[in-house]
Amino acid sequence: MSLALVRPATSARPMRPGLLLWTLILAVTLALALLPLPYPKWLSEVPRAWRLGWDKDVSAFLAWLVEDASLGLFSFQELTRAISWLLGWPLEWATALFATGVMRGQGSAAVQVLPPMPWFAVVAAAAMLGWHWGGRGLAALAGLAFLYLAVFGQWASAMVTLASIAIAVPLGVAGGLLIGIAGFRSRKVAGLITPLLDLMQTVPIFAYLVPILFLFGFGPVAATLATVIYAMPPMVRITMQALHAVPQEVKEYGVMAGCTRHQLTWKVLVPAARPSLLVGVNQVIMLSLNMVIIASMIGAGGLGYDVLTSLRRLDIGGGLEAGLAIVLLAVALDRLSRATQERAPGQGQRFWILFVAVLLGLYLLGLLLPGIARYPDAWTLSTGPFFADLVGWINVHFFDTLEAIKTAIVLNLLVPVRRFLTELPWPWVVLVTVLAGWRLQGPPLALLLLGFGLFIVFNGQWQNAMLTVYLCGVSVLVAALIGIPLGILGGLSRRAWRVLEAVIDTLQTLPSFVYLIPVVMLFRVGDFTAMIAVVLYALAPAVRYTAHGIQQIRPVLIEAGTAAGCTNRQLLTRIRLPLALPEIMLGLNQTIMLALSMLVITALVGTRDLGQEVYVALTKADTGRGVIAGLCVAFIAITADRLIQAGVARLKARGAVA
Amino acid sequence: MAAARPVKLAANGIWKLFAADGAALDRLGPDPDDAALERAGLVAGVADASLAIGEGEIFVIMGLSGSGKSTLVRCLSRLIEPTRGQVLLDGQDLTRASPAELIRLRRHKMGMVFQNFALLPHLTVLGNVAFPLEVQGVARAERTRRAREMIALVGLSGREHDLPHQLSGGQQQRVGIARSLAVGPDLWFLDEPFSALDPLIRREMQNEFLRLQAGLKKTIVFITHDFDEAIRLADRIAIMRGGRIIQTGTPEELVLHPADSYVAEFTREAPRARILTARAIMRPLDERIEVAGAVDAGAKVQAIAAKVEAAPIPHLVTEGDRPVGLIDRSAVLAVLLGREMVR
Repeated sequence: MSLALVRPATSARPMRPGLLLWTLILAVTLALALLPLPYPKWLSEVPRAWRLGWDKDVSAFLAWLVEDASLGLFSFQELTRAISWLLGWPLEWATALFATGVMRGQGSAAVQVLPPMPWFAVVAAAAMLGWHWGGRGLAALAGLAFLYLAVFGQWASAMVTLASIAIAVPLGVAGGLLIGIAGFRSRKVAGLITPLLDLMQTVPIFAYLVPILFLFGFGPVAATLATVIYAMPPMVRITMQALHAVPQEVKEYGVMAGCTRHQLTWKVLVPAARPSLLVGVNQVIMLSLNMVIIASMIGAGGLGYDVLTSLRRLDIGGGLEAGLAIVLLAVALDRLSRATQERAPGQGQRFWILFVAVLLGLYLLGLLLPGIARYPDAWTLSTGPFFADLVGWINVHFFDTLEAIKTAIVLNLLVPVRRFLTELPWPWVVLVTVLAGWRLQGPPLALLLLGFGLFIVFNGQWQNAMLTVYLCGVSVLVAALIGIPLGILGGLSRRAWRVLEAVIDTLQTLPSFVYLIPVVMLFRVGDFTAMIAVVLYALAPAVRYTAHGIQQIRPVLIEAGTAAGCTNRQLLTRIRLPLALPEIMLGLNQTIMLALSMLVITALVGTRDLGQEVYVALTKADTGRGVIAGLCVAFIAITADRLIQAGVARLKARGAVA
Repeated sequence: MAAARPVKLAANGIWKLFAADGAALDRLGPDPDDAALERAGLVAGVADASLAIGEGEIFVIMGLSGSGKSTLVRCLSRLIEPTRGQVLLDGQDLTRASPAELIRLRRHKMGMVFQNFALLPHLTVLGNVAFPLEVQGVARAERTRRAREMIALVGLSGREHDLPHQLSGGQQQRVGIARSLAVGPDLWFLDEPFSALDPLIRREMQNEFLRLQAGLKKTIVFITHDFDEAIRLADRIAIMRGGRIIQTGTPEELVLHPADSYVAEFTREAPRARILTARAIMRPLDERIEVAGAVDAGAKVQAIAAKVEAAPIPHLVTEGDRPVGLIDRSAVLAVLLGREMVR
C-alpha cells in the first residue's frame, strides 16, 4: 500500500512534492502506531524460524579459531598466546614500576625485591612535565591532581590504571601511526581501512570486549589489548588526514632534496604533520583512559574496578571518590598532552636529563626511607563518608521532588515514545529509512540502509533496536533542547562562550563510566537514569557545534542584515540560525554518536535495549550474541550518520551556506 | 648570447595529460591540436613543450595562472611524470632514469625554491639549510659548516637558531634559497619564488637573486607570472598559454617581434629603454656624418640615453671595434617616450 502512495512523488522534483511525500509518510506512521490495528506478530519481531542464526555462526567461528584454526606454521591459539606474552611483559614492568614493585615468587609467597616509584616521585614527575610543557599553572594542576590521588587513598588503584595507560598509549599511537602511513601511501589500503574505521568507531565499547574476552581470557592483558584496539582508530584517521594536509610544496621539496621514501616519511612528512599528530595522541590518551576504566569488566583492575564494584554495591561514597580520581587523572593527562601541541619542537634535552636525574634521586630517596615511599595510611583522608552523607541528605530532603520529576518525565515522555516506536511494524520503518536514503543521496545509500535494516530484523533484534532508538532519540532530543540554546548563547556572547567552553571541555575529558555514578545515586536504576547520563555525556557537541556554526558566520552578512533593518531577533532567526544550520546538524550527528556509545554503557543501570544484549553477552561470554548486537548498534549509528551527512550536503548544496 | 652556450637542460615535445595515460594521447597521433584534445575529452596541462636551456643561462618560463608553467617545471624536475616527451640533463634522459638515479641527481645536481617557501616547520634555519646534506648522509660538522656558509651568503647570519615561523616572508625565502644552494647544484629551479612577497621585498629579492647568480653562474629555470619580473631577470623567456609555449626569445626579441597579439599585449607596457639595445634602434652607417663618440651595440638604451641625448650630433654604434651604425637623440627619445618604433 505504501509503495503505491510513494512512487509518483519520488520521480518528481524535490522541494514541494518532497514536502507532500514526507507529510504523507508522517501521517501513515502515526496511523500505523496509534490505530489499534491487529498486526500479525511477525511484524514486530520475526519468528525464530526465519532468523539467520548468525550469532551461532559467529560463536562457532570464534570457537573454531581458538580450538582448531591453523595459520600455516602456527595455530591461531599460539598467535593469541604470543600476543598475550608480547603485551604481558611490558605491562608487568609498567605495573611493577608504578604500582607493585618488582616481585619474586608466586602468589602470597611473593617477595618484593624492589619497591615501585614512590608517590612523591610520580607527583614530582607530573609537576615537572607540566612545568616543561605548559609553565607554572600546568605544573600546579598536574602536581595537585596526582597529590589528590595520594591524599585521598586512591593511589594504588590509580597507579594500576596509569600503568595500563602507559603501555596502551604508546602502542595505540605507534600502531595508529603505522597503519595511517600505510593508508596515506596507498589508496587501496586507505579504501580498505576507512570503512573498517567507520565500523570500529561506531561499534559500542562493550562489543569489543566480548570477542577479546573469548580469545584472550580475563585479565589485565586482555583489557589492555581491548584498550589499544579501541583507542587506535582515531589515530589512524588523524594520521592519514594530517599527512594529506602537509602542503604539496613541502612534499615536493622533500623529493627534490633527494629523500628516499623512508626519509620522506620520517624526516619530512611526519615532523611537518607533528601538531596534528599530537591531537591524535591526545585522543588516544583520552580514549585509552575511557576504555581502561570500562575494561575493568574483563579484568583491568585499578580505578575502573573500584567504580564498578561500588556501582554494583551502590556504595555511593566509594564510587564518587574513585570517580573523582578518574576525573582528575583524565584532566591532568588531557591538559599535559594538549600542552605539547602548543610547544615549538626541538630543544629541551637539558630538561630531560634533569627530569631523569630528579626521578632517579627521588627513587633512591624512597629506597632509603621506605616509611614514606608508600603514602602513609595515617595521612590519608577519605571523602567517601562525606559524599555518602551528601547524597543521603539530598535524598532525605528532595526525594519527593526528584521522584515527581522522574515520574512525570517517564510517564509523559519516555513511555509514550517507547510505545510508539516499538509498535511500528518493521517493514514500514525500514522502508522509510531506505526512502530517506534514496531521496537524500541515491540508490547506493538506500541499498546500504536496506542491508542494515534487514540485518537487524533477521537477527531477531528489532525490538531491542527500537528500544535503543527510543532511548537514544529521547536523549538526543533533550540534549538538543538544552545544548542548542546554550550553543546559541555561546555563539553570541564571548564571555558566555569562555565559561561554556571550559565546562564542555571538562565534560568531554571524563570517561563515560563516571557519568553514571551521580545519576544512579539520585535516581537509582532505570531508563530515566540512563537518559540523564546519556544527555550529560552527549551534550558537549550540540553546544560546541552550534556555537561554532554561529561564530563562523562572516561578519559582513550580519552587517548586511543590520543595514537592512533587522531586529536582533530577526538577525538570529533569519540570518544566524539558517547559516549555522549545517554545523548544528553535524553537532547533532556527533551527539547521536556519543549518545549511542553511552547508551550501551547504561546497560549497567538496567536498560533493556541492544546495550543490555551486549552486556549480557559479555557476562556470559557469548561471543556471537555480543558481536551481532554490537553490529546492530553500529548499523543504527551509521544509518543516522549517513542520513545526516547526506542531509547536510544537500543543505550546503542548496546554498544555505554562503 | 644563448646560442653560444652548451645546452644544459633540454626538453623535447613534453606532454602532460591529467587523468589520462600515454595510450590516450597516442591515439590522437603525433601532434594533436587543442580541438582534437577537446573532442577526445582530454585536458592537457602541458602540450608539446620544447626548450633548450644553455649552461649558466637564466631561463624564465612566464605565463598566467593555469598556463601550465608549474606543471612544466615539475615535468622538468620529474616531480611529476610527463605523459610523453624527453627531458635531457647533460644529455641524460631523465624520463628513463631509475628512482635511485633520480635521487642521486636530485641530491647533487638540482636545487628547487618554492613559491610558499616549503620550509620544514620543525627545523631551525640551520636545520633547514643543512637538511639536504643530512639526507645525503654528510657528517654533522661538515654540514653545519656548509649550512652556515650558505646562511651567510643570503645574509641571515645570526638567525641560525630561529624557527621558520619566527621569520618574515622575505627571510623565509632567503632560507629557501640558501637551502636549495647548499648542495651546490648545477641546475636551479625557482617556482615563482618571489610571488608570495610584498612588492618592495620582491624587488629587493630580485636584486639579491641577480647578485647571487653573478657569482654562482647556475643554470636557472625561473617560473613567474609577472612579465616585469621576467624581463628584469631573464636571459631568455618562454611564454606559455594553455599548456603550450607560444614564444621563446630574449626580452628584446619578444618586444620587437611578438609572435602574436597575446605576447604583444604583455610587451606593450614593458619598459623598453631597459630592454632594447643600441643595436635595435640604430640606423645604417653613414661615413660622412660626424659623430660625438661611440656606444656599444649591446648596451641597453637606458644606459646610453643620457650620453646620446646630450650630444647634438649622433653617436657611432660599435660591435667590438667595428662600427655598425649610428644612433642619435631622436631615436633614444622615441624609446624613452614610448613612441611607435620606426625602423
